[in-house]
Amino acid sequence: MNSKFDEENHILYLEIAEEIDHHTTEKIRRRMDYEITRFMPRKIVFDFSNVSFMDSAGIGLLIGRYKLVKLLGGTAELINANKSILKVLEMSGILKIIPIKQAV
Amino acid sequence: MKSRYDNEMELEFLSRSNNEAFARITVAAFCAQLDPTIEELADIKTAVSEAVTNCIVHGYEDTEGKVKIKATLLNDEVEIEITDSGKGIEDVELARKPLYTTKASLERSGMGFTIMESFMDKVEIHSVVGIGTKVIMKKKIKKQENIEENMEENALIN
Repeated sequence: MNSKFDEENHILYLEIAEEIDHHTTEKIRRRMDYEITRFMPRKIVFDFSNVSFMDSAGIGLLIGRYKLVKLLGGTAELINANKSILKVLEMSGILKIIPIKQAV
Repeated sequence: MKSRYDNEMELEFLSRSNNEAFARITVAAFCAQLDPTIEELADIKTAVSEAVTNCIVHGYEDTEGKVKIKATLLNDEVEIEITDSGKGIEDVELARKPLYTTKASLERSGMGFTIMESFMDKVEIHSVVGIGTKVIMKKKIKKQENIEENMEENALIN
């Protein structure tokens, strides 16, 4: 996972670059929580450009990070999810709290 | 002995989380024989990933055991059977409910069976406490007609 912090707007971009399942979430979670607590962003953006697969473990991961950033007074957003990931996201109802912005 | 299926395969591996990707990719590769769409293949991958994760996280919990997968193809249908010899599910109907999880502390979403049910046509769960759990999932792969025409159209658009 790579991250990019937009200092001017206090936006933390979290670019995930692997398949998200129960096995990979532990590592991604630790990395994300480190970056979030380090930058205390007003908004985090999950960038799914390089994610080819995600199952329900990813939903747990996203909700967990959302809760953390909300606790710090921020919001979360999601970009560039492929069609099959979108299907999992839509089914979970998570897009109500983490809106998706496709055209970025 | 001739199989009653068009094709079948069996897979057995240790209940380690790094086998989750191996399992879903292998099953998807086997199902590719039915010429599924990318979307159908993604559905199968996701459903297999959920079932295998359940075996590892819930079936075997902190112990290690074997996860078995049997996949069969008959006409245009794939049937995938995923079995563990773990602790079993006490209340299958409760476990099927969306958002129900016994492991909220591990950030499990409780969406596993819901995803299996909506991505596959049919999902059966057989479980005996202390013996293990078997999940049987079926999906029909739709015939892709006019595939050449579609390709021609796409070629024109591009």
